[in-house]
Amino acid sequence: MVEPATATQAAAPVMPQLKDELDIVIPTIRNLDFLEMWRPFFQPYHLIIVQDGDPSKTIKVPPGFDYELYNRNDINKILGPKASCISFKDSACRCFGYMVSKKKYIFTIDDDCFVAKDPSGKAVNALEQHIKNLLCPSTPFFFNTLYDPFREGADFVRGYPFSLREGVPTAVSHGLWLNIPDYDAPTQLVKPLERNTRFVDAVLTIPKGTLFPMCGMNLAFDRELIGPAMYFGLMGDGQPIGRYDDMWAGWCIKVICDHLGLGVKTGLPYIYHSKASNPFVNLRKEYKGIFWQEEIIPFFQQAVLPKDCTTVQKCYVELAKQVKEKLSKVDPYFDKLADAMVTWIKAWDELNPPTAGSVPNGKAA
Amino acid sequence: MSLSIKDDEIDIVIGALRPDLTSFMNEWRTIFSRFHLIIVKDPDLKEELKIPEGFNLDVYKKPDIDRVVGTSTSTIFSGYSCRYFGYLVSRKKYIISVDDDCYPAKDNKGILVDAVAQHITNLTTPATPFFFNTLYDPFTEGADFVRGYPFSLRSGVQCALSCGLWLNLADYDAPTQALKPEERNSRYVDAVLTVPARTLMPISGINIAFNREVIGPALLPSLRLGGEGKFRWETMEDIWSGMCVKVVCDHLGLGVKTGMPYVWRNDRGDAIASLRKEWEGVKLMEEVVPFFQSVRLSREATTTEDCVAEVANVVKEQLGSKDPMFARAAKAMLDWVKLWKSVGSST
Repeated sequence: MVEPATATQAAAPVMPQLKDELDIVIPTIRNLDFLEMWRPFFQPYHLIIVQDGDPSKTIKVPPGFDYELYNRNDINKILGPKASCISFKDSACRCFGYMVSKKKYIFTIDDDCFVAKDPSGKAVNALEQHIKNLLCPSTPFFFNTLYDPFREGADFVRGYPFSLREGVPTAVSHGLWLNIPDYDAPTQLVKPLERNTRFVDAVLTIPKGTLFPMCGMNLAFDRELIGPAMYFGLMGDGQPIGRYDDMWAGWCIKVICDHLGLGVKTGLPYIYHSKASNPFVNLRKEYKGIFWQEEIIPFFQQAVLPKDCTTVQKCYVELAKQVKEKLSKVDPYFDKLADAMVTWIKAWDELNPPTAGSVPNGKAA
Repeated sequence: MSLSIKDDEIDIVIGALRPDLTSFMNEWRTIFSRFHLIIVKDPDLKEELKIPEGFNLDVYKKPDIDRVVGTSTSTIFSGYSCRYFGYLVSRKKYIISVDDDCYPAKDNKGILVDAVAQHITNLTTPATPFFFNTLYDPFTEGADFVRGYPFSLRSGVQCALSCGLWLNLADYDAPTQALKPEERNSRYVDAVLTVPARTLMPISGINIAFNREVIGPALLPSLRLGGEGKFRWETMEDIWSGMCVKVVCDHLGLGVKTGMPYVWRNDRGDAIASLRKEWEGVKLMEEVVPFFQSVRLSREATTTEDCVAEVANVVKEQLGSKDPMFARAAKAMLDWVKLWKSVGSST
């Protein structure tokens, strides 16, 4: 039986790292009660709350947090017609928070995720681990059998070439979940009682050329390195699909990270996922995705970006072009999605103009 | 232990680089005693082997090796490579091999790890090399494929190789261990995962298991360092062999897993002393890794033997001129394929 941690104050760091360089983005449609449990870890940081659903509803933020909150009216006001690329009635709307942030790093977490305990019973400071993951290099070109070689007590194994030991910058840190695992609807229906109780004490780099299902429940990334590619797609109201927002972003960012020589890590930290969503509702949302992913995966596996795509934006626009060319025949939805991807980049660039003298992410254009 | 695998489908192959195997065998007794063991004595070892009673085993020494393969060929089985002779003469489906300085480990709950059972589980459940599962092995109890994992890829492929890990003395190279002489691996990572297709890694021979019928000929003695010695820090033979195996598995659509089981590796040797000898091996990997990453086998290579022969030819063409060691390795690979066909067996 796995349980969430309650004694979190004890595990809070004396000096919270990156407190002026990291924003915590939280999508919510209900309430933010879960923040109380995270208070010792989150309070030093700025929060960006993206309120989904009815904008006339007031979402109370627990006192003592420094935050900005955006509802649908705010999103429409800020983006104008480009707001069409931001999903409604789906947690995919969180990517609006990435766009308006002015910080280098983002940590995003769902409002039904609590603090986990490690096997010794100690509360896991997920944010601290994500920061460690992001500040340490990744090693995508050759697999290290002892997992993250930069962790305390580990290193590169015999046979690992020295020229590859410096690693590359880490763009994404993908955390995991104890208790309710991130299963799709069919699996949930078959195994409604399965709980993830296995604490795997590892962080590892996902090798270059390998795709993975990226879950947005417990995720951190370097906004300057990969932000523009973290678009969570068109989901929810008026769309034929849901629960594929983070998946879509994950496939896009992995192709782009592989192309630009950036790293993606997965593993620690764990959070405690408390709420299992209704599998029948999920099935209806995911249904098309389950068929479409059979076409989508080979598309991403075979996607090649031209050499002159040296920035994330250029890569992303090129990817959007290829989505339109190759996936529209699967369903007209992809035509719309490709357009939305381009709209997203335009909106991103408008809200994040390059400052004078700054170099765009990736190599200089 | 999987109920459908009979004990007599398994051989445990031990290369004896040290004469006194008493404590080694006794520590492994509860796990090994139900299986047939093949013990191969390093032909360079002069002293008599000491093996305790109560095991079902066959022991092969230099005269036996000479008789089977001829005195000129028997030199390929010197040092850590002696175990390959065991692979050659085995007639079982599964082989498990651990170094003679490793004992059973204990897991996080303090329970003794049955490395044989875990290797067999790894080999008899599918591998998933085409898409990464973030909850690691989806076939293990309490886990499954995560949301977003394509259903068409969920049946997986056959697992041909299971690479285990080591607590205490990890398999570091000499420079790394010399820099951190006190460092010991105490982190027990409760996971098995499939190494993705086209991803290469250093495959250590210290704790390994494989399906001999499917991949047997690809585990081979071929690369020998000029200064190769009797400590793992002084060899690269398993790393080289492992690169070949992974390339062959990727080509044939077979899986390679890594992670559990752990073994406890005893302290032995002096990293600083080995540093001088292994520098050669460390430099070599700079060539070896990009080379194997670029190897592409032809459509016509449909058997493991064909694949190994093709790799050998590419080694000869592309690396042979850079260092005579590679030319010798390529020849050794081709010789091995012939030897496997005549002495070894696929069934």
